[in-house]
Amino acid sequence: MPFALTPERERKLQELLDRYPTKMAVTLPLLHLCQEQAGYISEETMQFVAKRLDVSPAHVKGVVTFYTLFNQHPVGKHQVWVCRTLPCALRGAFDVIEHCEKRLGIRCGETTADGKVTLRTAECLASCGTAPMMQVDKEYHENLTRARLDQILAKLLD
Amino acid sequence: MLKRTDYLTRVYGKPEGWSLATYEREMGGYEVARRVVTTMTREQVVDEAKKANVRGRGGAGFPMGVKWGFMPKAAPPGTVAKPHYLIVNADESEPGTHKDRTIMELNPHACIEGAIIASYAIGAHVAYIYVRGELDLSMARLEGAIREARAKGYLGKTPFGKDFPIEVYVHSGAGAYICGEETSMLNSIEGRRGEPRNKPPFPANAGAFGCPTTVNNLESIASVPTAFGMGCEAFSKLSALHSINDGGVRLYGLNGHVKKPGVVELAVGPTLNELIYDVGGGVLGDRGVMCVIPGGSSTPVLRPSETVNAPDPKSPLHPWHGKSVFDLPLGVDTMRAVGTMLGTCCVTVIAEGTDPVWCMQNLMQFYRHESCGQCTPCREGGAWLERVCQKLLDGKASMQELDGLNEIANGIMGNTICAFGEGTAMPALAFLQKFRPEFEAYVRGGRTRADARLTVEPWR
Repeated sequence: MPFALTPERERKLQELLDRYPTKMAVTLPLLHLCQEQAGYISEETMQFVAKRLDVSPAHVKGVVTFYTLFNQHPVGKHQVWVCRTLPCALRGAFDVIEHCEKRLGIRCGETTADGKVTLRTAECLASCGTAPMMQVDKEYHENLTRARLDQILAKLLD
Repeated sequence: MLKRTDYLTRVYGKPEGWSLATYEREMGGYEVARRVVTTMTREQVVDEAKKANVRGRGGAGFPMGVKWGFMPKAAPPGTVAKPHYLIVNADESEPGTHKDRTIMELNPHACIEGAIIASYAIGAHVAYIYVRGELDLSMARLEGAIREARAKGYLGKTPFGKDFPIEVYVHSGAGAYICGEETSMLNSIEGRRGEPRNKPPFPANAGAFGCPTTVNNLESIASVPTAFGMGCEAFSKLSALHSINDGGVRLYGLNGHVKKPGVVELAVGPTLNELIYDVGGGVLGDRGVMCVIPGGSSTPVLRPSETVNAPDPKSPLHPWHGKSVFDLPLGVDTMRAVGTMLGTCCVTVIAEGTDPVWCMQNLMQFYRHESCGQCTPCREGGAWLERVCQKLLDGKASMQELDGLNEIANGIMGNTICAFGEGTAMPALAFLQKFRPEFEAYVRGGRTRADARLTVEPWR
């Protein structure tokens, strides 16, 4: 089925087009809008973006595959990103990851069987002063303790 | 010398500290921008900015005012000039760096006011703030600040009544560290893969959309209203390193094995010891320091046993000759002189007892993941470095492979389009040189992954 934006997001797209001197410049913002709506970027979505911005589908695919935040496959309802880079690792990031894997019953990169949570490791999320940390959807959870982490995960699985 | 200031951070922690009402009450609103835009010429603003000696806060340390001066002058009457653009680099992703996020979240109006002044100085009518895609709250706070400023008539067709349209937009990245490199950021803004471009042409001649562009770090921009508010020379003199053109105040980050990590605003020029012990409260478990990464993961590590070698009385570092590098004021040129870089000024402290090989492997995994893949030495070299570190940790690497690490890193240096290659190789070479016995122990036996630690206290 061809992809289409909701009317509200369509209005947002018009606003975005006014902000840049070229249509191509809207590629990233539009992909964000599409992913917000559909959860991931499908082939149909790439066709839609290419058509709306007068760029080739190959260009859009090139962009989608370059940036980590664009999902090329369906993902869980909630996205859990645990930072694993050195400053967080120095404060226990690997314990956080292990705990998440045990609690969710999946390995990093996988989605729980009920489709609720996708668990991934992230490269530095600019929260080194409040390590260890993780991002759940749009929200940062910093200075993670075992008790806090349990609460957060329980809420996600609820 | 440790001198705490609160020019950028005064509104941190205030209720609704990010609102225009607070900014007006605590920071004087947009009065500095109003004065600059309505009473000064472009040239005057650039000349004044040079006196602030704001060394780019993103890591390279290039003087901000000088950069502004590279932009083409106004076109002669009757001719049509290409549009100019300001791009504010808020793609903060360097491991160990966590300062820009606090400004965006807690003092967004300083960013907008700074962007107005900078846009005016370089003749730009549009500024894009490129924020890394993960920082949702930062983007929301900036968008809110833009809405408030526009409602007041500080942005739009006639800011402060002046016929010089200025618009500021937030542009979201999508999770690629390399987009913090300025030419990669230009490609990303244009809607392309974030692959760095060859220089020249430099952005001031052909940047975003082929037009003259200035790319400034977000903290540099946020310090502009303060600098112009007190006079740029006075701002520069706040620094202990004013005499070597390293001026003002800046945000220092502390992370890793310190008791009180976080972000603190100080006049330029504290020492590492002051940061670790006076600001950070010392090392976890009162251990010694094994090494620090002075300004983000691309800056080579320093060990407390290293000393400053400047016997020449004419050297600006001579006063510290023979002292520990941990007692040397942190500045762009002082750090360069001791073989590392100031970078982003966010210090990662690593305590004694931590495994340096694992540290290096962790960082190399980052670079392996984040290389854009354009240049072979960086794409393959980064992955190779990481694989060999992994092999070392597994106890399966030979001495030849260990020595090969130097060769691989040296093969990356200078052979790539952008500085990402050096960013990978320099910290690798520093770890290899400064921790040779620890690396060798993984080959000779005596160290195994089972004993390797990154944490010094159990996570609770």
